[in-house]
Amino acid sequence: MVGKNCFAIASDRRLGVQLQTVATDFQRVFKIHDKLYIGLSGLATDVQTLYQRLVFRHKLYQLREERDMKPQTFASLVSALLYEKRFGPYFCQPVIAGLGEDNEPFICTMDCIGAKELAKDFVVSGTASESLYGACESMYKPNMEPEELFETVSQALQASVDRDCLSGWGGYVLVVTPTEIQERG
Amino acid sequence: MTGAMDLPPKGGFSYDYCRRNAMLADKGLKMPGFLKTGTTIVGLVFQDGVVLGADTRATEGPIVADKNCEKIHFMAPNIYCCGAGTAADTEAVTDMVSSQLQLHRYATGRESRVVTALTLLKSHLFSYQGHVSAALVLGGVDVTGPHLHTVYPHGSTDTLPFATMGSGSLAAMSVFESQYKEGLTREEGIKLVADAIRAGIFNDLGSGSNVDVCVITKGKTEYLRNHQLPNPRTYASSKGYSFTKGQTEVLYTKITQLKPKVEVTEGDAMEE
Repeated sequence: MVGKNCFAIASDRRLGVQLQTVATDFQRVFKIHDKLYIGLSGLATDVQTLYQRLVFRHKLYQLREERDMKPQTFASLVSALLYEKRFGPYFCQPVIAGLGEDNEPFICTMDCIGAKELAKDFVVSGTASESLYGACESMYKPNMEPEELFETVSQALQASVDRDCLSGWGGYVLVVTPTEIQERG
Repeated sequence: MTGAMDLPPKGGFSYDYCRRNAMLADKGLKMPGFLKTGTTIVGLVFQDGVVLGADTRATEGPIVADKNCEKIHFMAPNIYCCGAGTAADTEAVTDMVSSQLQLHRYATGRESRVVTALTLLKSHLFSYQGHVSAALVLGGVDVTGPHLHTVYPHGSTDTLPFATMGSGSLAAMSVFESQYKEGLTREEGIKLVADAIRAGIFNDLGSGSNVDVCVITKGKTEYLRNHQLPNPRTYASSKGYSFTKGQTEVLYTKITQLKPKVEVTEGDAMEE
């Protein structure tokens, strides 16, 4: 979700096999660089494989270009990697959030074959995505400060996750402003 | 490990997960749905050029995933393409053909022709036998005049004076069939396209939100994004939800200050 010169990215912590919970501290939001984060929902093995591939590509980019990737470029990279597997896709829907040029927040989500969907307010993915659409649609306000943004994102996440049996066991919220990163669990 | 770990792959599709995915589907894992554009896209030829129109809703099953997506894709400065079908396929195919057209322009030194784009699209789609699910309305003005074509996912094409595609195509075609005539002016063309898209928006469940219009004439292209907004959001409460600080229970907090990155400025360029 986008706020005023900041963004928040959040996920739940459950890892399960259909209805059985296997872990309650599964990490789904990963850092690519200080101002760029990707959250991956879906099949856990594809989440980790895709994250490792993306970090590999980003590190190569950093070595070649001597700078960090812009969020828009990274979104195109993820889209290309996913579309390459168009006929045998990764079972994974990414949510990308970052601060671009002039610390302008950028968010986007994709389906599992890389169809980018840019938004100016919020993006959601996962098993509770339908409830999340509803919760975010009603709780979102434009230009929220980081503190208020954290509260809104957490409440929307908790409200939706409570209505989904495959998600839960707490949340992890990361709020990034141009000067600091706040992680809360 | 696959080739992607050693070097970036050479391009094209890789099929290495197909067998794994079939095995997972047997074990009961449901494949996540693709983003479809369930659309109304239209095009018509008027006296000076071509007008293209599209709605802006992207659906994921019955849910609206994006209320304002862009379905009119850039191919060349004088050629635009509207896409319906699976969103990833329309975006990838139009981006790919757009790059190929740019390279062709560099090689030939001439403005791209609509038939070039058409042939590139149809040969790509035919070679994938319809599995790349992209239904397109391609329009543009080149040295030979204004052209409008439709391209179907299996690779067949039609050349028409007015065309509609997508789930709302019947609603839009009804508007065109009753009101189209040859030699429309620019204002009449834009109005007719907007009427046709609105018919699709209000009568088809897979289309909705706003109307995008693109007018291409010889030497000038105007992309009127959100030309009409017939579905404004009226249900949000003006106060909104406000949450007081501390309402959410927090177990741990970790704040990291971001240090500004140290710039390494290059010395003088090496001289021979």
